[in-house]
Amino acid sequence: MKAAPFEYVRAESLDHACQMLALRGEEAKLIAGGQSLVPMLAMRLLAPAWLVNIHGLAELQEISVVQDQLVIGAAVRQCVADADPQVKQSVPLLSKALHWVGHAATRNRGTVGGSLAHADPSAELALAAALLDATLSLKSARGIRQVAAGDFLVGPMMTCLEPDECLVDARFPIWREDRSGCAFEEISARHGDFAIVSAAAQLGVDQAGVCTRAALGIGGAGPMARAFSDLARRLVGTRLEEALLREVAQEAAAQLEPTGDLQASAAYRRHLAAVLAKRALLGARRELVLSP
Amino acid sequence: MSEETILVSLEVNGKQVSGLVPARTTLVDFLRDELRLTGTHAGCEHGTCGACTVLLNGEPIRSCLVFAVQLEGQKITTVEGLSQPDGSLSILQDSFSAAHAQQCGYCTPGMLISAQSLLDRNAQPSDEEIRVAISSNLCRCTGYQQIVNAVKLAAERMARE
Repeated sequence: MKAAPFEYVRAESLDHACQMLALRGEEAKLIAGGQSLVPMLAMRLLAPAWLVNIHGLAELQEISVVQDQLVIGAAVRQCVADADPQVKQSVPLLSKALHWVGHAATRNRGTVGGSLAHADPSAELALAAALLDATLSLKSARGIRQVAAGDFLVGPMMTCLEPDECLVDARFPIWREDRSGCAFEEISARHGDFAIVSAAAQLGVDQAGVCTRAALGIGGAGPMARAFSDLARRLVGTRLEEALLREVAQEAAAQLEPTGDLQASAAYRRHLAAVLAKRALLGARRELVLSP
Repeated sequence: MSEETILVSLEVNGKQVSGLVPARTTLVDFLRDELRLTGTHAGCEHGTCGACTVLLNGEPIRSCLVFAVQLEGQKITTVEGLSQPDGSLSILQDSFSAAHAQQCGYCTPGMLISAQSLLDRNAQPSDEEIRVAISSNLCRCTGYQQIVNAVKLAAERMARE
């Protein structure tokens, strides 16, 4: 359980990190909090020749609201994002997702961008990014590009990041509906462990209570976190009747292709997906009613 | 062939320390093998068990999930740093003993660090808050109840002092 030898370099700036990646290509790996990467190194699932540390980079630490987006720097630690009032106010679903991410001892090191770039199929932040249709900024010595979270996540532990690219920030849309509510549901062996299945929903309504915007996503029950934007669109224009929410949750679960493992069979995961999606939708609707 | 080493300097339990280690040396191995501070236990070595929990700048972290070289110049507190200056047990440590909060003792250093971190932030934690604080530390002996009791006992004793 010891990492294979590697050369270590602390990046002095984002440009320096990108230069290192351009120079070393697939031989190099970025490390920020290391909460996912270090176990993979210890198990020798990965053995990069170079490790480039970006943990303390000031350029990747900012949290800001820019127009209708909450912009979170890739190296913002999860505990910092969790405690940030801007995050809670502007994208409450992200706060709720963070509540489920690991334990205090891992959130103190782990970063928002690290979790996204690791792309674990059960990662809560990936689910939040997918269902809210966050935009991710990827930088390399060649330039910067922005991709939608749904395109960023391409499979289990797989993203569209090229070997020379660094995730710079994640931009979460801020909903400006008359009223909105959200909920995040999860089942895991122990709170803070990997989700067996998680589901989240966000709903917006107008003054008359008619749905104007809806999002639903499920994690842990397929190769990657998945948003169900077509199904969610069916809710727009309705009054979010319970029967309809149940139907949408069932249909979302039916579209999944979960796999079984030691913790949960594929059938159990599909069952959980339907139950948690329903709870998430109902929870989001309940919050609507309570909000001013 | 010997592996290239890097000089790492940290502040551990209030003392400036340094060591020449390969970059792949985790903090827990640096503490145990270089500094001979063997109070911190290496358990699963992939971030699940919590036995290796230490404080980094006052916040609990897993010392198996960070390379020592990443922490240049930073402050670490290990279980050795919890005891009183004369080496006697702290109130929390003594409460673990009094409440029978350990059997094999493997998880104990991590439990103590997590519990101390909680008490530093919250002098009168509820059972629920104690359970959340130690939720990342696995114990395979006690069933956790005595550990929760020990942390409560420590909080009561500290309030009386």
